[in-house]
Amino acid sequence: MEQPSANGFVIEFHDVRYVLPNGQPLLQSLNLAVQQGETMVLLGRSGSGKTTSLKLINRLLMPSAGEVRVNGASTANTDLIRLRRSIGYVIQDVGLFPHYNVERNIGLVPRIEGWPAERISLRVQELLQLVGLDAEIAIRYPHQLSGGQRQRVGVARALAADPAILLMDEPFGAIDAITRDQLQREFLSLQQRLHKTVVFVTHDLREALRLGSRIALMEAGRLVKVLSPQEFLRSTDPLATEYVRAFGEGLNSVVDRGTA
Amino acid sequence: MNVLHYFSQHHQEILELTWEHLWLVGVSTLLAVLIGVPLGIVSAHWPVWNKPVLGTANIIQTVPSLALFGFLLPVPWIGARADRLAILALTLYALLPVIRNTYTGIRGVDSSVMEAGRGMGLTPKQLLLQVELPLASSTILSGIRIAVVVSVGLATIAAAIGAGGLGEFIFRGLAMVNNELILAGAIPAAFLALSADFGLGLLEKRLRPQ
Repeated sequence: MEQPSANGFVIEFHDVRYVLPNGQPLLQSLNLAVQQGETMVLLGRSGSGKTTSLKLINRLLMPSAGEVRVNGASTANTDLIRLRRSIGYVIQDVGLFPHYNVERNIGLVPRIEGWPAERISLRVQELLQLVGLDAEIAIRYPHQLSGGQRQRVGVARALAADPAILLMDEPFGAIDAITRDQLQREFLSLQQRLHKTVVFVTHDLREALRLGSRIALMEAGRLVKVLSPQEFLRSTDPLATEYVRAFGEGLNSVVDRGTA
Repeated sequence: MNVLHYFSQHHQEILELTWEHLWLVGVSTLLAVLIGVPLGIVSAHWPVWNKPVLGTANIIQTVPSLALFGFLLPVPWIGARADRLAILALTLYALLPVIRNTYTGIRGVDSSVMEAGRGMGLTPKQLLLQVELPLASSTILSGIRIAVVVSVGLATIAAAIGAGGLGEFIFRGLAMVNNELILAGAIPAAFLALSADFGLGLLEKRLRPQ
């Protein structure tokens, strides 16, 4: 499970389709490969299929057709629980367990994996430090934390059992701009040290350009293009230029109002 | 006070019948929890079961208690002894609040918490025992509390079929047009209901997640 497949791709989508039980297609023939240690950003509007794609990786959803491979093995043939425990998962609403304190939240997977108590407690302290939280926070409950702290705990929890893959679904989407900026910076420095294979869902171009090694641009259930951030800014693809234009206009309108 | 006088004279019998009453309520509540909580879990997880399970419990609730005792009389083994009959009837009545609150409590668990738990690789059993039931516990307990309070009152009717309990005094008092006798049954029964309500209410508050 820990070794990438022979072709060097950690996550591969082969002609993956996903159709809702009512027949509505959410994802059409997706082909995408994620390399080890890169941050692949899935960028798109709501309904573009980015979250669906993410959930197909840890099999929260099953492909209707095609195949998703993780470390070379089809997820359909992998033990579901083992697959999920080998992949960290961070979501926008964090989903911390409200009846557990921070330490138990972070240490849950290690605990059910049967780690000894001292090792869990050391690991929790190490992770709190890694995500920039004070050690004293370990005994607090989720409702006693700020939004930024909660999301940091969510990241620490996802990293607890040291998974090689991290899936992040708009993790900083519900957080104020200043804290988000800080969390993005911390994510980059964390990623420089840990070199996880990350799939990161966002609708925010700025975030995609800042965090992504590559950006997979999605629209209406289709993958439009996979581009590096530099390529994205230079791209002549109509959808990519639309994103860049909308982003630039947001800035320009403020400048215009300032000079008027 | 005549009533106080009666109480002091008959305290032995009052204690015995209170004990019988507690036994009827205790056993039937325990059975209702053992049956109702799993049924509530099943209907929360598999929506197909929701309507038949809650519908049946609802219908049982609408049967008048005396009639229910009558219906159960021909049931073999159960009908042979009055206390078995009373316990079964009380259990059936207690099912609805227990099932409904288990269902509501589990359905009320935040969907992002469940998604995170599933995504982290918790098994369905771990999700149930470590996430769903703890988070639903205060709601489930409030269902049990309702069941107990209702059962304490209903159990007085069990005396009509000879199952004992504090209803003995009430029926005897009604037959003899003796208010002291009626109160000797009604006051301890009310006291039982109030203390169960208060005690379980405290526990419920402690279990409630912040």
